[in-house]
Amino acid sequence: MNIKKNIALSDSGFVFDPSSGDSFSTNPIGLEIIKLLQNGKSADDIKKHITGAYMTDGDSFEKDFYDFVNMLQKLKIADGAEKK
Amino acid sequence: MPGSKIIFNGPDKTETDLKLAIENNSLIHIDHLDELYLIKELAVEMNKKPRVAIRVNMDTGVYPIWDRFGFNYENGQAWDAINKIMLNDKMELVGLHSHIGTFMLSPNAYGIAASKLSDLALGIKKKYKKNIQYLDLGGGFASKNTLKGSYLQGVDTSPTFDQYAEAISTAILNAGFVEDELPLLLLESGRSLIDEAGSLLGTVISNKRLSDGRRATIMDFGVNILFTSFWYDHKISPAQDFSQYTEDAVLYGPLCMNIDVIRENVTLPPLKRDDHVVVHTVGAYNMTQWMQFIAMRPAVVMIDMNEKAHVIRNRETLDSIESAEVMPEYLKKFKL
Repeated sequence: MNIKKNIALSDSGFVFDPSSGDSFSTNPIGLEIIKLLQNGKSADDIKKHITGAYMTDGDSFEKDFYDFVNMLQKLKIADGAEKK
Repeated sequence: MPGSKIIFNGPDKTETDLKLAIENNSLIHIDHLDELYLIKELAVEMNKKPRVAIRVNMDTGVYPIWDRFGFNYENGQAWDAINKIMLNDKMELVGLHSHIGTFMLSPNAYGIAASKLSDLALGIKKKYKKNIQYLDLGGGFASKNTLKGSYLQGVDTSPTFDQYAEAISTAILNAGFVEDELPLLLLESGRSLIDEAGSLLGTVISNKRLSDGRRATIMDFGVNILFTSFWYDHKISPAQDFSQYTEDAVLYGPLCMNIDVIRENVTLPPLKRDDHVVVHTVGAYNMTQWMQFIAMRPAVVMIDMNEKAHVIRNRETLDSIESAEVMPEYLKKFKL
């Protein structure tokens, strides 16, 4: 799963897709995760990072991460949904 | 409460009910002609003169007209019923009643109702030289809830008590009553007084993503507990600290039915399992219309003026349901 290359991010959490003109806003954790995905980090790497940096457990992270990534794909900010 | 202070209203009054009301000298608000004739018969039988009012329905400029209750003003039914009572002398006509609708957002409609009731009262004075003791303008006053489909919030659109009072009192004062013969004004202000006094506390069961990408949050209360979610977009707040980040969500109840929707679209901070919420302005109509279905009904707690909590209704148990059930004898021996 990759964040599309032309997606623009601002430090305040503004997400812009120039190919569609759609814009979104995300909270600081969402922004951090998008940046980690842009840097090619795997889900496991991101889990390790987030559970180390914040007071959250692995299960809560997985639940929210799965939901967030699905949203990114649904909104066409990310591509490469895992194929069966 | 002495029976003589009770107003007995509604279309379904049994003969037994009416006898008790006549015995207690209650104020009986007549809904239809069958009731009027039955009261007349009972008055003779009991050798009493019941105190009655008639319920009057009318066009106040709002839709729908609640013409299923009482006697119509415009087509003369109401005046006809008044004459039947006044000429018969078996009953004492003491009041006139209207109840023009529910959640009425137009104070002017009450002004029109007050004018029409006053017109009838003055007509009685002119023809029979009798003063009507009271005008009951009924209820239907809006609370600060937001009706479904309303573009603006209820707090911005619902009239104030002052606006209702201005419309009603102006109409009565301008109707032409002699000052010391002004009738007593009665109002039925239940919902508008108690709706904001009640809140529902609930808990998040789960979150999920719908097929179209919308966030859905499932709560432990649904239309079984919160009947008024069929009418209102209730204001809902998280009951713990939350950030400024929000997301639109659908709020579902716990029932296994597709109609169990609390809010079709609400903007809330993301809630997680076991988080709590407060549903505001639920004091009217919920505890009278909630249903025992799938989940047990919760306890009701009253917080007094000194902020002390009192349980005023216990949480429902299996026993609350089974205590009213009767097992036929032949089934008692049935073995699984």
